[in-house]
Amino acid sequence: MRKLLFESVFRQPLTERAPLPDDAAVAELATALGQAARRRLGRSLSIREVDAGSCNGCELEIHALNNAYYDIERFGLRFVASPRHADVLMVTGPVTKNMREALERTYHATPNPKWVVAVGDCARNGGCFAGSYAVVGGVSAVIPVDLHIPGCPPAPTAMLQGLLALLERADAGAVTL
Amino acid sequence: MPSLIDLTLEGRKVGQRRPWPRVVVDASVWTFAAAELAHGRWSLLGLWGEPATVHMAIMDGQTAEIAVVSLDCPNRSFPSVGRHHPPARRLERAINDLFGLSAEGSPDARPWLDHNRWGVRFPLGDRIDALPKAAPYRFLAAEGDGLHQIAVGPVHAGIIEPGHFRFTASGETVVRLEQRLGYVHKGIDGLMTGASLARGVQLAARTSGDSTVAYAYAFSRAAEAALDLVIPDRAVFLRALLAELERLANHLGDIGAICNDASFALMHAHCGVLRESVLRAAGAAFGHRLMRDVIVPGGVSRDIGADGVQAIRAALDNIRLRFPALVELYDNTASLQDRTVDTGTLKPPLARQYAAGGYVGRASGRTFDARRTLAYPPYDSLRFDVPVLDEGDVNARVWIRVREVEQSLSLIDQILSRLPQGPTRTEVPLGGEVRESMAIVEGFRGDVLVWLRLRNGLIERCHMRDPSWFQWPLLEAVIENNIVADFPLCNKSFNCSYSGHDL
Repeated sequence: MRKLLFESVFRQPLTERAPLPDDAAVAELATALGQAARRRLGRSLSIREVDAGSCNGCELEIHALNNAYYDIERFGLRFVASPRHADVLMVTGPVTKNMREALERTYHATPNPKWVVAVGDCARNGGCFAGSYAVVGGVSAVIPVDLHIPGCPPAPTAMLQGLLALLERADAGAVTL
Repeated sequence: MPSLIDLTLEGRKVGQRRPWPRVVVDASVWTFAAAELAHGRWSLLGLWGEPATVHMAIMDGQTAEIAVVSLDCPNRSFPSVGRHHPPARRLERAINDLFGLSAEGSPDARPWLDHNRWGVRFPLGDRIDALPKAAPYRFLAAEGDGLHQIAVGPVHAGIIEPGHFRFTASGETVVRLEQRLGYVHKGIDGLMTGASLARGVQLAARTSGDSTVAYAYAFSRAAEAALDLVIPDRAVFLRALLAELERLANHLGDIGAICNDASFALMHAHCGVLRESVLRAAGAAFGHRLMRDVIVPGGVSRDIGADGVQAIRAALDNIRLRFPALVELYDNTASLQDRTVDTGTLKPPLARQYAAGGYVGRASGRTFDARRTLAYPPYDSLRFDVPVLDEGDVNARVWIRVREVEQSLSLIDQILSRLPQGPTRTEVPLGGEVRESMAIVEGFRGDVLVWLRLRNGLIERCHMRDPSWFQWPLLEAVIENNIVADFPLCNKSFNCSYSGHDL
């Protein structure tokens, strides 16, 4: 314990300052979240991640959000194991035809109010896989999307900015359903 | 016993085939090759189709000779290799799903990648309409008193790729695990057809996110071999630097994640910090944390600057400082060892039969490492050990990773200190007419194989084979007689790719 106390005098915490919400993301949210009820949820969001066909690159960077540098839980954001516990679905990948039904069922298993965040370039429009016989396309072709976070894959800070924007916008525009 | 060379002489050699021979054989030689595989004299490296042909890449384990044998299938069928040699079975099921070429005599004719959702059957062969209603997928039977099934996925509880696992358990003990994959099939083989090399390497780099460097590397080497292209020395070394950074980042992440599945979150936290330091250094040096789209045919698209070198050296110093204490913690924590030692044991004969690549094979006595066995540059001039263990349990797979982290640290040092000056990219000629080649590169997970045929500079056919094809079935084998709760440990210690497999 003495060693720990001693070291903590010299070592800075790994966790970094929270990034500022991204302006473009805020703009995209303005219309989507107009009617959203934020007040009920309090300042916390539970996220269910759904890989609907990604190459796993986005998942690697989503994983990174949980490491000590980003420590996403300090923002009140946490990843949960079941869609039934979730407020937000973070969906990656060009939705493959083999995953379409699983994505739909996950969406319907998520209680209202809920938001869908499409993560990565593939999730926007299928990315470089668009046009394949095996791919539906972007996430919005299957379920309604509230926010896109671009990138291949987006860096963890870009995802944090997008998610923070989701929270801030939702807080400001709290409207009861 | 005929050598691979003798065998290839029996067939009709195909011109411009680099760097290994490809021969067109008849059904009897094809079946003979399958029997040699079954007897363990050769290893299966890959098995893939074209609209009316099947190809099989094989390696002689003694001499590291490699050859591709091809069989024309005018009747839309070929003698099953999987009938004699089980590692071929899933590959044959995939060939049937994509091309409509059936493996005659195969003991398993169920679909694999095709879930009857594409709207077509045989999308890369003679397309026909999908079935109006597909029969439910028939899982293999496990019968006995008190057995119960546990169905998991395709959407899993964590941040994981999708796939389905069907456990049959007796109490807590797993009697049988059966995987069903194909959920992330994106039709990459189909998208490659007719693509330019620039688009091809972009697709290759998005085949499996954690191996984006390895795939771009293998694809580019295949393209360059086909075009007889020599790339600048600096690019040769930078590619190895990228590959070792990718290996380092993935191993560090995996060591932590395996421990996390034994509830040892402390290791996960510290390893996550080290992994992050590698990604940040990669981002500083190459402009992308996962180093995507840096390797391209002809060389590399980005050079490294002095500050990039400094960022990588700083990350390495940090890992050298912190990693040994974590290894000691792993080695001296009984509760952790209790979960990893003797868990999920892969016996060496089975690893050999499946030609298991990467840490899965090397933790079970298999010495193959493409960097050493095939010694492609610059690895032929770098010093490194290939760690091998025989125990084959989760613990052994952790230790192989630990040793490979140490080797990668040393390799990166050597590469940085010997980095040649000069250009990093050379112009890619169009090539003209037909050019063919194959390349094998050691990714963090094992050997990534890319086979390529170009026509007038465009891709006529490209097939990529992830090491996971031969690792997934072994995961089914090792979980048997372990408890359900040990599955995450076994699974994470394999860390097979879904996207790379489903393609």
